[in-house]
Amino acid sequence: MTKKIKNLNLNFGPQHPAAHGVLRLILELDGEIVEKADPHIGLLHRGTEKLIENKTYMQAVPYFDRLDYVAPMNQEHAFALAVEKILEIDVPIRAQYIRVIFCEIGRILSHILNVTTQALDVGALTPSLWGFEERETLMTFYERASGSRLHANYFRAGGVHQDLPHGLENDIANFCETFPKIINDLESLLTDNRIFKQRNVDIGIVTKEDALDYSFSGVMIRGSGVPWDLRKSQPYDCYDQLDFKIPVGKNGDCYDRYLCRIEEMKESVSIIKQCLAKMEKGPIKSLDGKISPPAKKDIKQSMEALIHHFKLFTEGYRVPKDEIYTAVEAPKGEFGVYLISDGSSKPYKCKIRAPGFSHLQSMDYLIKGHMLADVPAVLGSLDIVFGEVDR
Amino acid sequence: MINLEDLEKKINSELTTKINNTEIKHNQLYIEIDKDDLIDVTLFIKTNQETKFRQLIDITVVDYPENSQRFKMVYLFLSHEYNQRIILSYFINENEIIPSLTSIFPASNWMEREVFDMYGVSFKDHPDLRRILTDYGFEGHPLRKDFPLTGHSEVRYSEDQKKVINEPVKLEQNYRNFDYESPWEGTKYIREEIESNDKKN
Repeated sequence: MTKKIKNLNLNFGPQHPAAHGVLRLILELDGEIVEKADPHIGLLHRGTEKLIENKTYMQAVPYFDRLDYVAPMNQEHAFALAVEKILEIDVPIRAQYIRVIFCEIGRILSHILNVTTQALDVGALTPSLWGFEERETLMTFYERASGSRLHANYFRAGGVHQDLPHGLENDIANFCETFPKIINDLESLLTDNRIFKQRNVDIGIVTKEDALDYSFSGVMIRGSGVPWDLRKSQPYDCYDQLDFKIPVGKNGDCYDRYLCRIEEMKESVSIIKQCLAKMEKGPIKSLDGKISPPAKKDIKQSMEALIHHFKLFTEGYRVPKDEIYTAVEAPKGEFGVYLISDGSSKPYKCKIRAPGFSHLQSMDYLIKGHMLADVPAVLGSLDIVFGEVDR
Repeated sequence: MINLEDLEKKINSELTTKINNTEIKHNQLYIEIDKDDLIDVTLFIKTNQETKFRQLIDITVVDYPENSQRFKMVYLFLSHEYNQRIILSYFINENEIIPSLTSIFPASNWMEREVFDMYGVSFKDHPDLRRILTDYGFEGHPLRKDFPLTGHSEVRYSEDQKKVINEPVKLEQNYRNFDYESPWEGTKYIREEIESNDKKN
């Protein structure tokens, strides 16, 4: 007599702590082996692209904070660069350093979150408690510069919104002194940890070829041994004046990606230090009155400044007709903005290229043949944040 | 190809009739083609040893409702080897079905699903053309220019029916789109009103 065996369909999420947000993953299981994974996304879709088409260029910036909300300023950077390239305006050097500092802070924020929650997914509680304390410190830096811990709205086309407050540079420098010790502490908990290695080594292996075919970027492609980082290969702002290394993995498994992230955090600290050392006093946004709003004290004194202020905050600045794609190396990979301007003060089209979208798409390919318990480990190492996947 | 000018020449000479127009702008190569040549051109730039555009970065659409060929399809490619970017584009009509790139780039699967979801453009030979970002049972294509910003329907939990229900959008105040661009002549709707009053008189 033959017995009929039916595969089991399992709903993973949308309310599951290891789903890193609102992912509904439909898994087809043969015993404990995953046969097929079908991610259902869009539960956090807010229509960002549609909204941006109906806002002026300055009003569009806050929407970028809400994409990958663990590293908000990196996204703003891509949009600011796109608009700057079309407008052909120069960014003062101090503004470039400030932007790079905050992008690297964003990278550390994102990597701490990812490394520690991945550890949490595979059973280690302590790293997240230690890591989140540091994230809190970093978010106070965000708050002191921009007024907000998460949704900064700080970068502008032509620079940043305002100068750093008194004493912030010192505090960031102090953080750079103490933080490497925290990374070492995290490493002492995880890197040689037997359980952590059992859960991550040789899990979710991506070959070089597949990393290219599936449009991977960031740590996902570097973990597989492709030395590719937009900060080096297509430098923007002042990255070409800074000295930093690109960590590259060997095996393309979850463990290599974890190691890459740890090393990248160390590099980020070094980048921040270099920026702080090189930074000088100076303007922090474009001096073009048609682009950057005037200072408060000028509005009280100068008629022209008042008119500029009024026009910038009602109509906004106009951007000549053009079409451009700019990308930055966000913590999760290549974050790009494809912008079409039509000469008015609102973008005609703004397509956001989110790295997580391509990464999550490969879930089926990555998890096929693995055990059910590997699903959180692989998902954790993909570094998914639903704000940017769903947009 | 070391620089973009050489790449432009190479592509123009190898694919002569398939290329309608090329332009170098912002350190990227913009290429215009016809719909029917998409597969050939993509295969060429992916496999040729001197181009090696191994990665498809994104697929998107631009909607020009006033044009006879309404949609502009846009494909972004990246070559790691030569550190170059190509933006490939072509125009299609509203109901045209276009070839899918899934056999060449597996990554195009979700990108095409997104295009289908947001713009209603259909793909031939796509293995799994479902909506991706919008809700189950959603109607319409939100990124089309004629889709209203506020949408058509909203969801809420109904205490009577004990389930989540769809209703037409009810707003206390309609979305107001102020025209700031020509404030001295008056906004558009006022001008139209004045003009229509003038005609009546």
